[in-house]
Amino acid sequence: MLQMSVSSVPVRTLAQLKEGEPGTLDRLDLPEDIAQRLMELGFLPGHIVVPARSAPGGEPRVYRVDGSEVALRRETAAHLILRSRDGNEPK
Amino acid sequence: MPPKFQTAPRPHVVAIIGPPNSGKSTLFNRLTGLRQKVANFPGVTVEQHVGRAKMDDHSEVILVDLPGVYSLNPRSEDEQVTRDVLNGQMKDVPKPDSVLLILDSTNLGRHLMLAAPILSLKLPTLVILNMADDLRNRGGQVDTAELAGQLGAPVALISAAKGEGIDKVIQFMKGTAAGTSSLAPPKVELPVLQDIPRCRQWAHQVGLGAAYQAPTPPLWTRRLDSVFLHPIAGPLIFLIVVGAVFQTIFRGAKPLMDELQAFIHSSGPWVGSALPPGIFRSLLIDGIWNGVGNVIVFLPQILLLFLFIGILEDSGYLARAALIADRTMAKFGLQGKSFIPLISAYACAVPAIMATRTIESKRDRLATILIAPLMTCSARLPVYLLVIGAFIKDRPFLGPLLGTQAAALLGLYALGFIAAILTARLLKSSILKSERTPFMLEMPPYRMPTLRSLGLRLFERSKVFLRRAGTVILTTAVILWILANLPLHNGQPPDIADSYAGMVGHAIEPVIKPLGFNWKIGIGLLTSMAARETIISTLGTIYKMEGSSESVGLRQALQNDLTPGGAVALLIFFAFAMQCMSTIAVVRRETGGWKWPAIQFAYMTLLAFVCALITNQVVRSGLFT
Repeated sequence: MLQMSVSSVPVRTLAQLKEGEPGTLDRLDLPEDIAQRLMELGFLPGHIVVPARSAPGGEPRVYRVDGSEVALRRETAAHLILRSRDGNEPK
Repeated sequence: MPPKFQTAPRPHVVAIIGPPNSGKSTLFNRLTGLRQKVANFPGVTVEQHVGRAKMDDHSEVILVDLPGVYSLNPRSEDEQVTRDVLNGQMKDVPKPDSVLLILDSTNLGRHLMLAAPILSLKLPTLVILNMADDLRNRGGQVDTAELAGQLGAPVALISAAKGEGIDKVIQFMKGTAAGTSSLAPPKVELPVLQDIPRCRQWAHQVGLGAAYQAPTPPLWTRRLDSVFLHPIAGPLIFLIVVGAVFQTIFRGAKPLMDELQAFIHSSGPWVGSALPPGIFRSLLIDGIWNGVGNVIVFLPQILLLFLFIGILEDSGYLARAALIADRTMAKFGLQGKSFIPLISAYACAVPAIMATRTIESKRDRLATILIAPLMTCSARLPVYLLVIGAFIKDRPFLGPLLGTQAAALLGLYALGFIAAILTARLLKSSILKSERTPFMLEMPPYRMPTLRSLGLRLFERSKVFLRRAGTVILTTAVILWILANLPLHNGQPPDIADSYAGMVGHAIEPVIKPLGFNWKIGIGLLTSMAARETIISTLGTIYKMEGSSESVGLRQALQNDLTPGGAVALLIFFAFAMQCMSTIAVVRRETGGWKWPAIQFAYMTLLAFVCALITNQVVRSGLFT
């Protein structure tokens, strides 16, 4: 909440990326246990994520991250916050 | 260090551990072959594969295949179990003497993360980099000697599927069994385990040190995904394949089944001649040979179904099916991950209920356990095949692709699935209400299923099927035969209708008559409580003793005995009823009490009864003629 009020720039999330458009992960805005599970699957801050195919109907979508492909629903992807394009350089 | 010389030599225990899709089971199958069994550690809510591997010097080690995990942080039942077994804290499971850590060499960066918690256990460990062929073909490489130096543990680059490098694994196990291997301290410092970004960073550094070159992306997987996940082609291909499988179950397996049937029928008198004429010859022919034989003839169809399920599982398609199913499953309150146990419930509800352990949410897991027995398991298949074969004329339905019989079978499979997800909806909107749990599932690359693995599955399945026929079905057949031959009248067996079995059948007839079943079907319903297929052996015995099936066979005898309404009602009853002792037992164990299996049994029996009643009344009223 505090962060939101400090920067009024809307955050970009994984759910907003188009198929094939890479984004760099900044943080996971999710409960601890879910975030840990996602990090084990490769969704770590600093990693590049590329959206790939989705199931027929648009959801869930497969994401390429850290050498593997993991499927997530939009509702989960919307909590994976990306670094702004001109902001921090990916590691 | 345990003493090397023990008075009673305990077998050397080796645990296989690795992330999901790293090829654990392939390696396990490769090392144990036909010498494996599913062990059920008493008092523990897990089922694990335990097998024996023979070394080239004829010594043996015990291999334990642990569930696939990404870490040892205990968040799901699987991780808890793996952690407890490795720490020797699992009751009745010996602490492993050494560990085979199997990682996917094509995704080493991420998979190496698991090496940190495993190596910190300080057990003798062989780090196995699997899929060596894939790594080479896609232009990746790794310096195994350097990696071994960094980790302080031996490293073997193998291909479990191709059998490449297996000798190194055997050498390692021989070494640890003899107590000659020792652990060198790793060159790199192990990271703090709970900190996942730190762990990943560590794995990256180790990979760099071992000159790890990640392979190019799997092109074939992407090509196949563009077909299987295509919005139109994907589902269409799936439906065509499923239709073809059902058609093959009816048409393709029929010649084999007919031959098996002819053999059992013609050999009956020959087997009977081993005994003098009289009461025991009747037991052997009518009770056992015919009763059990009538069930065994369905083995070809069941194996065909398992071959198909095996190909789905081994090829990596199942993860895509779960992905496609997620949206539908979400509407019914479940997530796509529940779809995988439900698909394996098409084989048998027991392993499916075990497989729910990968579902993190307790309530989702319970809901999946409760609906799994509604899926059409392979024990229902013989009953469906018999009744459909007797009452539905085979005509082309969708051109030559799908006949009416196969379509009816497909319909019953769909019915089970629909009942399952509607029940899930009911549960998730009432007693098992919970927040939506996120769906996250790794999509493994597609792999060609190996003949070896498929062959092993079919072999295992035949063993299970024949064991069932030789135990539950045989016992029920013998008990039924005894009840059908008592009380004696002037030293002679009574008419079947006047026997104890007949009396029981007549006693329940009023209850089942509205469903279109007579007393003979009633006896079959009672015996099928032990296992569904038993109804076939029971009817076989009853008809044989009536003398009606001497020449006409089970199918025709059934046609004389059931109205079309009763036949459809019987199919519906079997689709919904929970007639399986093993399932009840496993639900009790997995849910930790009698409450859930009791609710489940009551619900499914009531559903079966009411739906069969409605079906019979509707068909009888002639709405569909």
